[in-house]
Amino acid sequence: MSAVATTTWLVYLAAAVCFVLGLHLMRSPGTARRGNLLSAGGMAAAVLATVLLLVDDGDAPAVGWHGGWWAAVALVGGIVVGGGYGWYSARRVKMTAMPQLVSLFNAVGGGAATAVALADFLRFASEGTGSGPALAFGVPVALDVLIGSVTFSGSLVAAGKLQGIVRGAPIVFRGARVALVAAAVVATGCAVVTVASGAVWALWVLLVAALVFGVLMVLPIGGADMPVVISLLNAFTGLAVAMAGFVVDNQVMIVAGALVGASGSILTKLMADAMNRSIVSILVGGFGTGDAGPGGAGPGGPGGDGTVRSIDADDVAIQLAYASSVVLVPGYGLAAAQAQHELAALAAVLADHGVRVGYAIHPVAGRMPGHMNVLLAEANVPYEQMLELDAANTELDTCDVALVVGANDVTNPAARRPGTAISGMPILDVDHARSVVVIKRSMGHGYAGIENELYTDEKTGMFFTDAKQGLAALVGAVEQYVS
Amino acid sequence: MTPELASSISIFVLALLVGFEVISKIPTTLHTPMMSGANSIHGVVLVGALLVGGLADSPVGYVLTFLAAAFASMNVVGGYVVTDRMLGMFRRRPEPPDRTAARAPDAPEDHR
Repeated sequence: MSAVATTTWLVYLAAAVCFVLGLHLMRSPGTARRGNLLSAGGMAAAVLATVLLLVDDGDAPAVGWHGGWWAAVALVGGIVVGGGYGWYSARRVKMTAMPQLVSLFNAVGGGAATAVALADFLRFASEGTGSGPALAFGVPVALDVLIGSVTFSGSLVAAGKLQGIVRGAPIVFRGARVALVAAAVVATGCAVVTVASGAVWALWVLLVAALVFGVLMVLPIGGADMPVVISLLNAFTGLAVAMAGFVVDNQVMIVAGALVGASGSILTKLMADAMNRSIVSILVGGFGTGDAGPGGAGPGGPGGDGTVRSIDADDVAIQLAYASSVVLVPGYGLAAAQAQHELAALAAVLADHGVRVGYAIHPVAGRMPGHMNVLLAEANVPYEQMLELDAANTELDTCDVALVVGANDVTNPAARRPGTAISGMPILDVDHARSVVVIKRSMGHGYAGIENELYTDEKTGMFFTDAKQGLAALVGAVEQYVS
Repeated sequence: MTPELASSISIFVLALLVGFEVISKIPTTLHTPMMSGANSIHGVVLVGALLVGGLADSPVGYVLTFLAAAFASMNVVGGYVVTDRMLGMFRRRPEPPDRTAARAPDAPEDHR
């Protein structure tokens, strides 16, 4: 190894260490920001070292700069355009739109990995060695193009659904299932041909078939399942980048790809568990339309006779002001109504008055893992008040008032009984609180399309209003009682 | 199988295990920044874009180089910036009451 190659190798190793330590520092909100900076530092060093390797021709003819002016223009142009747009969108994005942006970054990561493998394979093919590629080159190229393209098109559709450009409800058309299988068969066949013969056409057909597969895979998946889909695509991108690392024989890419693959897999599992659904059944699709059957929620759950008790802002304010502990249960409806700030204001008034306040956050409360926590953090909610499922349920067992805003299925006690659409799903035990208040616009259903037995529980009061206005009214009313 | 491939596969498998180990300890509160941070890590594919760019010698190669560089830079720049922005919003209670006061010196960076 030349001196430059050795230096580059050492920098790559240091970068990989920075990535791991960066993730390690994310174990606590207090150190997480430092961890992200460390990771970014490692990334900058790895990129600079690669530039150094390219500029210095050295004695390694396989790397070095052979590209000429046009390649340099393409590289610099790409970095300026892509980096600029990435910077702009990262600064401008609203926190509610975070899932779309993460999905978009998944897409471009997969797209970049695909482009790298394609470019390297085309160059190999143009050298015309006559024989097929070595397995150690052909297999990662085929896998990279396959996984990368599925991620690219799939993530774009997912981002489109989250943004509302593509209809969020599952899109199912006649023959979709057949087309999906056909795309999978064509892609697999072409992958085999590519590896065996090194035929360039096979790789192009593989690319197109995988892109089609990605679109068809995500279209039938409903909005409620998005946290799982995003996590899964995140894992895919990681694997695609790792494969790209095998293609260009670069170990820092392999390490980084494996880390992301691991993180995506863990999140996918956590999210699927939080909804008590298997990953396969989510991918098969159809959830989120309310077509999951009538749900079998028998008439009237325990303690309910089917009638609801409606209450107004004053009633709620009295309950809150005289409580010693209150648990707030936010759901995606809160974010949709942009009412996080009003909720945080209410919590602050109560906390100042000496009431113990916590937020019970279900793992699928937002549109991606941990989304609700970010939305609350933006509204200046201190992270100590954000309770995970188990901690939240401990708190709910003893609290005086549970205030539910915009959450539905994750609070439905019906999940504890077998035979309903949500049976077995881990829920927040809101019905264990001494009294319950639900802020809701109407008696509409959640994604599962079944009645929420919590609403007919005799200790539940329904405060029918818009979340933002209702919470603002509560802040005013509570202030009157506590001052 | 070449020794290089064998060592690459070992690295891949071990890195997966390290990933599972490190990431399973991250609290759910930080899952969105973690996913977005992991996202920026796979932006390291920019290194791959640079490497293939260095060998590109055909119009198709130039186009693919441009796409790879643009996608990867968007991924890496956007990912780190947005993760930093999110993490900057996570803060402790403004005035720590008695029981957290002892912990305050541990976290000077929280006094923003």
